[in-house]
Amino acid sequence: MKTIIAAALFAALGAGAAFAQADVIKARQEAMKAAGQATAPVGKMLKGEEAFDLAKVRAALAAYQDTAAKAPTLFPDNSKTGGDTAALPAVWEKKAEFEAKFAAWGAESKAAAAAIKDEASFKATFPNVLKNCGGCHETYRAKKS
Amino acid sequence: MKRILFLTLVVAGAVAAWFVSAPRPAYDRAQWQAIEQGGDVERGKTVFYAGGCPSCHMTPGQEDRLKLGGGLELKSPFGSFYAPNISPHPKDGIGEWKVADLANAMISGVSPQGEHYYPAFPYTSYHLVTLADVRDLTAFIRTLQPVEGKARDHDLPFPFNIRRTLGLWKALFMDFSTFAPDPARSAELNRGRYLVEGPGHCVECHSARNALGFIPPGSRFAGGPDPEGRGWVPNITPDASGLAKWSAKDIAELLNTGFTPDYDSVGAGMASVVKNMAQLTADDRAAMAAYLKSLPPRPSPPKPPKAEKPAS
Repeated sequence: MKTIIAAALFAALGAGAAFAQADVIKARQEAMKAAGQATAPVGKMLKGEEAFDLAKVRAALAAYQDTAAKAPTLFPDNSKTGGDTAALPAVWEKKAEFEAKFAAWGAESKAAAAAIKDEASFKATFPNVLKNCGGCHETYRAKKS
Repeated sequence: MKRILFLTLVVAGAVAAWFVSAPRPAYDRAQWQAIEQGGDVERGKTVFYAGGCPSCHMTPGQEDRLKLGGGLELKSPFGSFYAPNISPHPKDGIGEWKVADLANAMISGVSPQGEHYYPAFPYTSYHLVTLADVRDLTAFIRTLQPVEGKARDHDLPFPFNIRRTLGLWKALFMDFSTFAPDPARSAELNRGRYLVEGPGHCVECHSARNALGFIPPGSRFAGGPDPEGRGWVPNITPDASGLAKWSAKDIAELLNTGFTPDYDSVGAGMASVVKNMAQLTADDRAAMAAYLKSLPPRPSPPKPPKAEKPAS
């Protein structure tokens, strides 16, 4: 009887862990996607394909701060593999550096939100914020198609 | 009698293999002065970034792309390669190299000591680089900071640690042709083809290789597993499984900023490639994009099943 209960318990715990792990991978992908979606109109503004719109710029910077604040909690040790994660082992091998990257991205986005007042300050500041994307992906995210 | 015949055959085979595997540099080192003069530093800088040199040769763990101390580990199914120091340090780098030496390295895959290089150094693409570009590149590298210290030796198991065997690999798979512009195509497409197929060496990662490390023509640019085991390299032909929906402008934008049309930012080795490509002119990036769009569409190889979820 005890063994059956124990087995049931383990199965439940195991299933719970697996669910949580799949959830957290999905959650971090969604968080990154939100940042990307907020970037789309801003990227077009930078290329001159869309008119400058301060509200959208601010929205993007707010999305970055949100993702940067959430992200460090979305890479627990039990989520190194699974789902279609493209996170590289470096995330967990250099955890402190990885988390510092998010902190820097958040801080830079916050500073940019204060600094950007018009199109000129936008064009001078925003590209530097965008460098955080590639700067982190180079070390921590696999190639994917 | 049979035994003698057999032995004769073995010896003949060994002699033939030895002959076939001999390193064959394109330029005679004794005549180095003939091709040495006239390199242009500014143009060399373009060749340097188009060739992606810093991605492998820059000293790891720092940001200066012009500090070429080497030492980066490149994992492969054959073992680990370590990129050498190509800074102009006279002893530890390539400071004493002539244009002829760099030409032989890039175009023939042969070192100044007359040994084969491993094709981890992509002479399988660099052989298309023109001598004029090699000369400019040499001039540019000579202006950089000399970095002390040699990189460690490659870590390869037998028989891959025998460089001479690469001669047989080259005899089987290496194309030593030089670049010839196609008069039927525009100047832009020819420039793009040169940059993509030659210095850019895009095919080296964006293709699946066979067990011997060769890229069959049908899989060129069609993507495949990352040779370093860091994910899946995308198909960059205009196939539905590749860049069919991307405009040439989208591709040029990715090369400049690292952003896909969905504003995802490319990861791993491609992030480093983008830092190199961003140093080229917009025209050069547009030419590369135009050439990629002109490739025949090729389907991606089948992907392995997704990473398994841990047993629950």
